[in-house]
Amino acid sequence: MDLDWTIIVRNWPVLLSGFVNTLKLAVLAIGASFLLGVVAGALRLSRSPYLHYPAAAYIEFIRGVPLIMVIFWFYFLAPILAGRPLDNFTSALIAFIVFEGAYLAEIVRAGIQSVPLGQVQAAISTGLTHPQAMRHVVLPQAILNMIPALVTRFIVLFMDTSLAYIIGYRELTRVARIIAEREFRAFEVYTFIAVVYFVCTYAMSLLARRLERRLAPA
Amino acid sequence: MMLAGILGLQYEFRWSVLWESPYGYWLLQGFKNTIVLSLLAWAIALLLGIALGLLRTAPWRLPRAIATAYVEFFRNTPLLVQLFFWYFAVPQILPAGPVRDAINSLNLDTPILTLNFEFLAALAGLGVYTSARVGETIRAGIQSIPRQQTEAALSSGLSLIQVYRHVLIPVGFRIVIPPMATEFLSIFKNSSLAVTIGFAEVTFQTQQVNSYTFKGLEAVTAATLIYLAISLTIAAFMNRMEHRYAIPGLIARGAVRE
Repeated sequence: MDLDWTIIVRNWPVLLSGFVNTLKLAVLAIGASFLLGVVAGALRLSRSPYLHYPAAAYIEFIRGVPLIMVIFWFYFLAPILAGRPLDNFTSALIAFIVFEGAYLAEIVRAGIQSVPLGQVQAAISTGLTHPQAMRHVVLPQAILNMIPALVTRFIVLFMDTSLAYIIGYRELTRVARIIAEREFRAFEVYTFIAVVYFVCTYAMSLLARRLERRLAPA
Repeated sequence: MMLAGILGLQYEFRWSVLWESPYGYWLLQGFKNTIVLSLLAWAIALLLGIALGLLRTAPWRLPRAIATAYVEFFRNTPLLVQLFFWYFAVPQILPAGPVRDAINSLNLDTPILTLNFEFLAALAGLGVYTSARVGETIRAGIQSIPRQQTEAALSSGLSLIQVYRHVLIPVGFRIVIPPMATEFLSIFKNSSLAVTIGFAEVTFQTQQVNSYTFKGLEAVTAATLIYLAISLTIAAFMNRMEHRYAIPGLIARGAVRE
């Protein structure tokens, strides 16, 4: 067993570009899917069946299928809908937003439900409309309660972006695969990126734990 | 065809690829392989995960540290990278010789599936990754039991092993049934990643159908429905389990019926 770790140094620029692409996909996806999650989560809590059931169906459907399926869906569907092939970044981004939105919707729902009902009643009795009570009273508190769960979800998403590999997006795992095959150095390259992923996610999970303690209701 | 017509799309659906020979057979084979891989990996994950979870709550410092390191490492790296590690990296560090040759040429037809290195790597990857998640779930379950119960049991004269056997395990295992159900569901969904190392599970077969027929959308629809059916079946089964084994008065979900 002779290992050659200089492979990492020699391919540093490529690995770094892969890492940047991973971050780009993860950050854009979490931002956009949070908006989708707020909408879907709020709709699921709606009393109107026309709003409630479609939101519930979307959330349960997505949570019942693997992420790979959602990625393939947009990969095959996008060219048909758009009439031209989409680049793999856009295709992956849309898939991640749609997938992650369903999971975030459940976090948003739990966050909203964590705000005591008395607060809404008090807000409405002071003359606020229901949407105003939602915007000024419920959501600010709900979002605060959601922060630890959101960080945890971001950690999962950060690891999940490795699946964009499958449609050829050059994130960290894809560039690692390219290097490993070109140089016949699978062990060094995969060990290295495993450590990179671990350091990032472990640091974030420590942060999440601290946030949880800071934000815990006294 | 109708859907495409309504939306004015440039795509000709041909759903018959899903049951035409040999594609329908491929998908069925894939379905079977998904089930076999997931169940065997679950068995590994349960055995390893329970041991890890118990060690993490035990008062022995070194085993606890090792179990913690294992769980944190395998939980916090992507499953895809772990699969690549088992499939591409492990053969590289094996010394050239009979073991490596055996692995490379392994291709054994058994009644349930073809035993090859793709399968072994997928099984190791999925099993180890899930064992870390199961270990974390078990630890959380045991630690959610009030400390006074352990103290009371110890002061009543039980040994530590007896405390685990008669107090912590019976209560803790019932507490963790709902999160374990989620992990069990996840392992079927996660098994789809085995496509990347060429194990012929259902996602892999959709890719095969696509490359032979260019009907990727139909194939992916079929696979999506298969996964959805698996998820719904397990969810229904697990719901019943949760009700049956819920600890009265402790878990609101199971105890509201009275």
